[in-house]
Amino acid sequence: MSEIEEPAGTAPRRVIGTPSPAPVAVDTQEKPAEPPLITDPTDKAHASRAERLVAALFVLAFLAGCGFIAAYVALEVGQSNIPAGANAVDAVFRSNLALGLALSVVLLALGTGSIIWVRHLTPNIEIAEARHELKSAAKDRAAFKSEFADGAAVSQVTKRPLLRRTLLLATAPLALAPLVLLRDLGPLPGTALRYTVWRKGLRAVTLGALNPLRPGDFQPGSMITVIPEGYQDDDNALAKAGVILIKLEPGQLNFPNRYNGSTLIASMNWTIDNSLVAYSKICTHVGCPVALYEQTTHHILCPCHQSTFDATNGAWVIFGPAARPLPQLPLMVDSDGYLAAASDFPQPVGPSFWERG
Amino acid sequence: MSDEAVKIPKALDGVGGWLDDRFHGARGVRVLMRKVFPDHWTFMLGEIALWSFVILLLTGTFLALFFVPSTQPVVYHGSYAKLNGITMSQAYASTLNISFDVRGGLLIRQIHHWAADMFMVAIMAHMLRVFFTGAYRKPREVNWLIGIVLFTLGMLEGLFGYSLPDDQLSGAGLRIFEGVLQGIPIVGTYLAFFLFGGEFPGSAIVPRMYIIHVFLIPGLILALITAHLFIMFWQKHTQMPGLGNTEKNVTGQPFWPYFLLKGQAWFFFIFGLLAVLSTFAQINPVWLYGPYTPLAISSASQPDWYMGILEGALRIMPSWEINFLGHTLTLSVLIPFAVPLGIIFTGAALWPFFEQWATGDRSEHHINDRPRNAPARTGTGVAAICFYGILWAEGANDVLADRFDVPLYTITWIARIAVFVVPIGAYFVTKRICLGLQRHDESLLTHGVEIGIIKQLPDGGFVEEERPLTPAERAVVAAKKVPAALPAPGEPDANGVPAPASRGVMGWARGVANRAFTETVLPPDGHGNGHGDGHEALGQPEHAAVGAGEPAESGEHDGEEH
Amino acid sequence: MSSIIARRRHPAAGYAAVAGGLVVAGVLYSTLSGGGASASAPAQATTQIGQGKSLFVQSCASCHGLDAQGTTQAPSLIGAGAAAVYFQMSTGRMPAKELGAENERKPTDFTDQQIYAIAAYIASLGGGPAIPGPADVSTAGANTALGEELFSTNCAQCHGFAGAGGALTYGKNAPSLNASTPTQIYTAMLTGPEAMPVFGDGTITPQEKRDIIAFITDTRNEPNPGGFSLARTGTVTEGLLAWLGGLGFLVLIAMWLTARRRDRAVDEHGVEHVTPELAETADEAESEHSS
Repeated sequence: MSEIEEPAGTAPRRVIGTPSPAPVAVDTQEKPAEPPLITDPTDKAHASRAERLVAALFVLAFLAGCGFIAAYVALEVGQSNIPAGANAVDAVFRSNLALGLALSVVLLALGTGSIIWVRHLTPNIEIAEARHELKSAAKDRAAFKSEFADGAAVSQVTKRPLLRRTLLLATAPLALAPLVLLRDLGPLPGTALRYTVWRKGLRAVTLGALNPLRPGDFQPGSMITVIPEGYQDDDNALAKAGVILIKLEPGQLNFPNRYNGSTLIASMNWTIDNSLVAYSKICTHVGCPVALYEQTTHHILCPCHQSTFDATNGAWVIFGPAARPLPQLPLMVDSDGYLAAASDFPQPVGPSFWERG
Repeated sequence: MSDEAVKIPKALDGVGGWLDDRFHGARGVRVLMRKVFPDHWTFMLGEIALWSFVILLLTGTFLALFFVPSTQPVVYHGSYAKLNGITMSQAYASTLNISFDVRGGLLIRQIHHWAADMFMVAIMAHMLRVFFTGAYRKPREVNWLIGIVLFTLGMLEGLFGYSLPDDQLSGAGLRIFEGVLQGIPIVGTYLAFFLFGGEFPGSAIVPRMYIIHVFLIPGLILALITAHLFIMFWQKHTQMPGLGNTEKNVTGQPFWPYFLLKGQAWFFFIFGLLAVLSTFAQINPVWLYGPYTPLAISSASQPDWYMGILEGALRIMPSWEINFLGHTLTLSVLIPFAVPLGIIFTGAALWPFFEQWATGDRSEHHINDRPRNAPARTGTGVAAICFYGILWAEGANDVLADRFDVPLYTITWIARIAVFVVPIGAYFVTKRICLGLQRHDESLLTHGVEIGIIKQLPDGGFVEEERPLTPAERAVVAAKKVPAALPAPGEPDANGVPAPASRGVMGWARGVANRAFTETVLPPDGHGNGHGDGHEALGQPEHAAVGAGEPAESGEHDGEEH
Repeated sequence: MSSIIARRRHPAAGYAAVAGGLVVAGVLYSTLSGGGASASAPAQATTQIGQGKSLFVQSCASCHGLDAQGTTQAPSLIGAGAAAVYFQMSTGRMPAKELGAENERKPTDFTDQQIYAIAAYIASLGGGPAIPGPADVSTAGANTALGEELFSTNCAQCHGFAGAGGALTYGKNAPSLNASTPTQIYTAMLTGPEAMPVFGDGTITPQEKRDIIAFITDTRNEPNPGGFSLARTGTVTEGLLAWLGGLGFLVLIAMWLTARRRDRAVDEHGVEHVTPELAETADEAESEHSS
């Protein structure tokens, strides 16, 4: 709409740096004989100094490149390839340093040489190139439009709506097919997110060592991560069933029964001796393990986004983005005196989801 | 200064002829050889991304020859003795293998990861340069949009890439990703179950991420980069205001051989930087993180830097969840997931069109703006940087708390307030700074540059001597092109009819935006002869005479000779 | 002397005088002050417990009470045990220099023998965990794989994946483990100092504690094969380096690459001014436009 229009026909030549003369119409068909192209930089001595410097850098790059290959051959990695008793991590450190240093020298020498080459060995040319108007000429546009319209008319698609519409109808399921094919990517969620593997009598064992625990194993201020016995190799189960056991001083743990609708979800009756409590280790924000227990403040802090839960108050949220307390696992002592779950969690663990309720 | 013409070797001549016989290339390739590339260091930022991508492809191919994209558990017995006996996924074990049992493996792994970081750094730096110089304006809006898509794809590519080794840190990130997906209303659980092939973690996610990371997204990125470069070639690069630079030309050096030599040098330096980083700066030491287990987590768990804004958004959010009719809408998760990046990406994508609407300027622009000459744009850009930066810093809040001994919650509270207050303040401060710089430019044009010689006046005062600007300097300083102001909303034209576009709420909004965009420092009235006499006025440029509904013609300042 | 007087107007003379004065003051102070809090007990105690008690009364009772029963400023130590005393004092946390968010590791003025004495005294008051012996903290034959699992699930969330430390709430932080001796690590797990939870022998057995110690010591001693570790904090420092180091370096190189050259700019024919190279013929104009 408001592009600067060039006057048609003449292409004014302008010499920059001097006041513009009156526009001179130049006959572009005949030009004065131009001086030949220059291909060398003006200062010859400077150029040969630069050439020597660039050559030296390229020789350095060559040597470093050979060094790279030599380092690769000479420096072995892998416990089976290095002398017995040698430290494999040390070997990798040496190899990485040697290979990396050699590669860095090759590349930086090549780069430096290239820059000096282009800045000191080429003539200092500055030229200008014309931009052409991006908008096509009106006649071209008109020709395009008419050819397009002609072709559309020839194809009959504009004149036969039945053809058009049935074509669209025919391709619609085909377009949907790729989406349909994705259905078997995974199972439907169903009720999977509502339950964990915990059930009455399932023992809690320490993660890693797999030791079952008795209430007497805890002192006030203790915390340990436990998993359901037998599920140590089942990551899917662990991703929901991980639990932290916290032992507090007598009298510290104190919270009322809490309900979700009519379902009891937190109760002092689910603790052992009103001082040993089990909370889900899966943060109710987006699912990181909530592991940071501060004994002095009895706060449980999730290191991912700093959701903070009060262990003495049924893991009530006191800071951070989590919107719900950590679910409490009802605890019992089984017939052998070991800690076990009294039932599954009374509510879904982990991050919220639409159907959670 | 004539020199011997170079003789083309016969073999090369032969090959060239053979190709030309088949492809009619002489004219077209000649155009390419003569193509002029303007020179400014800020124009090289995009190429960092380009060459980093090439390096990613090369190093990624090497890694793919050794990496096993499988979650199949295996008991490790390898060179990293500390983890012998641990059950881990094949993905993790093969990554340890690459790092400790393949010569050059750790180096290539680190180059790959540093290149990914630098790729994203370069895209953002390039995007900011394009924004602050207005190089997204017509005719380059499509390229701007392609760039935003490339940025998004890069983020996803990096997320899936660093999650492939299945280590503790990236596994925690995947857990967060799944938790966020799960929280999406109505379809969230289905999305999560379909992507992961069931519950988290499942065994499908690593092979699926692998194919997305080595095939799908790189293919898309390659296609979009090709389009991006082609458009840039076709439309020719923008150039900075300067002597001899007009809207109708490109000045600089031709492709053959100058730009090729420079491109080569730049490639070597980028690759060289990555090599130096990979030699001396350890990155993603997965052997220290350990294999992923769902119940372990470390302090200072952050994703790679370009995901930091999402991490910070999740940390800054107070708890908020709505339960109704048996459904849960977890805003604690959904707002951080969608809003900050939504604002930034949507805002960025719409910005060229918003600016056209606000200024009524629909002309082509091939000369870049100096940021000071577009205060509203520059102010908005700085506000966006502050918004992004505060959330990004909040993502590292526990590291900041630990290193600088500031309480953890305090940092979050400061961020919660700053994220609203600072961008607004930054806009106004930046705008004022721009206008101040414009004032300085006007004084340079009228008074010239101070040359450091102090002269004593007869009446005892001291004054600094000045020299007038050289033509080259003047071309840069005088290159200010302010779009003309639109008529005030509802203002009737000569026939007593207000422009339709200026009526109603949208008209009022357009007026507000227009005033922001056209606020500028006007040249002083008359020609300032004395010192300090010419007060540069702040105001709106004259309304050009317009017809109803027509935006004004844009100003006629070119960076031409004085 | 005269050479000093001759240089009294030297520009550096003032600084030299101040530096000399500081040196003299420092030497005088250290010779006269007798080396700090390791003051001798007023009466030489005959038993370890007795010595411990008199040390306790001197250095600890002002906050913990004369009978270690606690005051408003510090908790009771009855039942705290020798291990807790060993941990707190050998890391220099105790005696606390101020009542703040937490006490941090600092050099201790007590000898090991004095610490054992105080520990024995506290143990005599109410029992509590004992200081582990060398065999209890030996990492010979330890299972670092199990150590890794236990550390990553129970320790890393505070102390970091490589023991570099981490932030807690309200200004506290979990310290770096780089300076902790095996006995200090053991006693810390056993007694749960300050905000750290207690990991008693019932929840993490002594052998498992040794496995964890082996993991910690192996990790902190192992070299970083990829280069400098960037504090083993993870991606935050990596990102900082990419922006400041990476982009910064490249911007400088780009400025070099595109800087104005010292020789004068010409066009290809040696003419000094830039002339726009426009199409020579209409044909060329058309072909350039269409390509």
